[in-house]
Amino acid sequence: MNAGTQTPSASGAQRRVTPTGTPADMRASLRMRLEEALLPPLVALLLALVVGDLLILTFGQSPGAVYRLLLEGTWGNAYGFGQVLYKATTLTFTGLAVALGIRAGLFNIGAEGQLAAGGFAAAVVGLLLPAGMPWPLTLPIYLLAAALGGGMVGALPGWLRSRFGAHEVITTIMLNFVVLALLGYLVAEHLHTPETLHTETIRSGALPRLADVVPAFHGSAANASIVLAVLAALAVGWFLFRTRPGFELRAVGLQPDAAEYGGVRVGRVWWQALAASGALAGLGGLNYVLGYKQYYEEGFATGSGFLGIAVALVGRNHPLGVVLAALLFATLSQGGLAVNALVPKQMVDVLQAVVILAVATAVPEVRRLLRGARRSDA
Amino acid sequence: MLILAFLAQTLRIAIPYLFASAGGVASERAGLIALTLEGYMLGGAFCAAVASYYTGSAWAGVLAGMAGGVALAMLYGLGSIRYRANQVVIGIAINLLAIGLTRFFLRFAFDSSSNSPRVPGFMAEQSGTGFRALASNPLVWIGLVALPFVGWLLYRTAFGLRLRAVGEHPEAATSLGIPVARVRWLALALSGVCAGLGGVYLAMDQHQFTDGMTAGRGFIALAATIFGRWDPPRVALACLLFAAAETLQIQLQGAQMIPSQFVEMIPYVLTIVALAGVVGRSVAPAALGKAAE
Repeated sequence: MNAGTQTPSASGAQRRVTPTGTPADMRASLRMRLEEALLPPLVALLLALVVGDLLILTFGQSPGAVYRLLLEGTWGNAYGFGQVLYKATTLTFTGLAVALGIRAGLFNIGAEGQLAAGGFAAAVVGLLLPAGMPWPLTLPIYLLAAALGGGMVGALPGWLRSRFGAHEVITTIMLNFVVLALLGYLVAEHLHTPETLHTETIRSGALPRLADVVPAFHGSAANASIVLAVLAALAVGWFLFRTRPGFELRAVGLQPDAAEYGGVRVGRVWWQALAASGALAGLGGLNYVLGYKQYYEEGFATGSGFLGIAVALVGRNHPLGVVLAALLFATLSQGGLAVNALVPKQMVDVLQAVVILAVATAVPEVRRLLRGARRSDA
Repeated sequence: MLILAFLAQTLRIAIPYLFASAGGVASERAGLIALTLEGYMLGGAFCAAVASYYTGSAWAGVLAGMAGGVALAMLYGLGSIRYRANQVVIGIAINLLAIGLTRFFLRFAFDSSSNSPRVPGFMAEQSGTGFRALASNPLVWIGLVALPFVGWLLYRTAFGLRLRAVGEHPEAATSLGIPVARVRWLALALSGVCAGLGGVYLAMDQHQFTDGMTAGRGFIALAATIFGRWDPPRVALACLLFAAAETLQIQLQGAQMIPSQFVEMIPYVLTIVALAGVVGRSVAPAALGKAAE
């Protein structure tokens, strides 16, 4: 089973190896890269609009009215926009997690469990901290806890891959169920507040809400984790494209055999990449636990891990792309709630799936078309 | 008596696993990762509930459920065979699509966000050990022959030989004149029929469709496929083993001996251990996940 050989990045990064030549060549290659990056999402959005129209029409509503409501409920008012930012924060973390894995040639489908484990670790550590400590003091502790929680869940399939060759697609997906069941047991049997499925509220270290700074965001869950997400994106970008280990990681993702021959210890890169990937997903748990609810609740991670795969795919495994794609998918998620009065909010689940299908099929297809066009130009 | 009741319940739980993992074997042996079983089952269950509700006939539901599974499988084929996109990504999208579509049309068809009205099924009312009710359900019998049928197909027919060749070495298959894409499409159709029937069984067994009623059974079936090393007899044993563990947990619920969450983990932990090769290595079809040029 070798999904790694045809991951979007594996072939996507090859275009960067185009021979450098005259400025005209470089301009042409830049244009091609832009076309490759922008065409698939545009095709996907168009297709999603068509499918959306059909779904809206089956419900006897006017597509124009529904889309207007969707935009008004998300980017049209401060509360809606705050919710979009809140949802995009978690998705940025899971998207970065998946993207980092794919850059190393590994498919991490376990972001769901890693996100939950990170949030859970933070919530448990929070219970041990004395009450009333200011958040700048506790934040490093929480960051460490969440990264460790998610990182351990990611490191296990990484180790299984490098030590035994167990394919990470299957082990990460299976581990999701194991981790969620284990956390479910711990919460239900040992840690829950009576009558609920969540842990006790932590007493120190809650992150400030965006509404504390800009009152218009009142009621939305957006919080200082947004800054953490942006910093994480910057850090991943710097690591991948400006450091030696990042270069080695990408080399392993493109051609593990060649990287091995070039002196890179592929097995070690594999497990470290998945551990880092899990840590990124785990950090996303802070958005809910420290920024929103101040406790771990069963099911808070549901869906965010799988959507992280979509975010990485649409964002072309590039940190900037991941942030933009996270905003897109967060807009759709929040938009579903906005249109629920006219059409079932589940419409956006369908649209999200359509976007993934369209981008996933359009990326190789567009590349093939562009390559064909370039060959006939030459 | 207690043993018989235990066996009957194990069988009842195992049938959807047997159906779906038959689909899993067909798909994976042809080189197509079967992350989509969950989606096929959900689609099959929903289509079965809608069709049998509106026609009043359980068999119409069976046909519609098979069609629902196949429709999703064809979409998977469109992405993974026709456009050679990444199978894992397409597979996950298919599952999301199945969840979204069934929820959307649940509200459209029945104006409910949780479940369909009661639909006719096959099973007679529970009595005694439950074997009589099971035996009166034709889907149980079909489920019991699903994996043997796929096994017979794989090892005893020319088509099965081609299917395995396509899953192990598509380039070699192409050079022998085997139409790789067509074989993969057929394998997917079979996979959709089988897993779709697993969903039909669930809907008929509970006499309704409920939102997300497959509840991860497609992934347990995938686990059984891998734990059974893609070999139909072993896969069938894996299904029965997983179902027996679940039954044991249900029957011991009052006793509180093992927390239910630990029983839930069994299939997944066993599969991870099997993949790591601690006790006998699971080796996947060589071209699993690879697009054929």
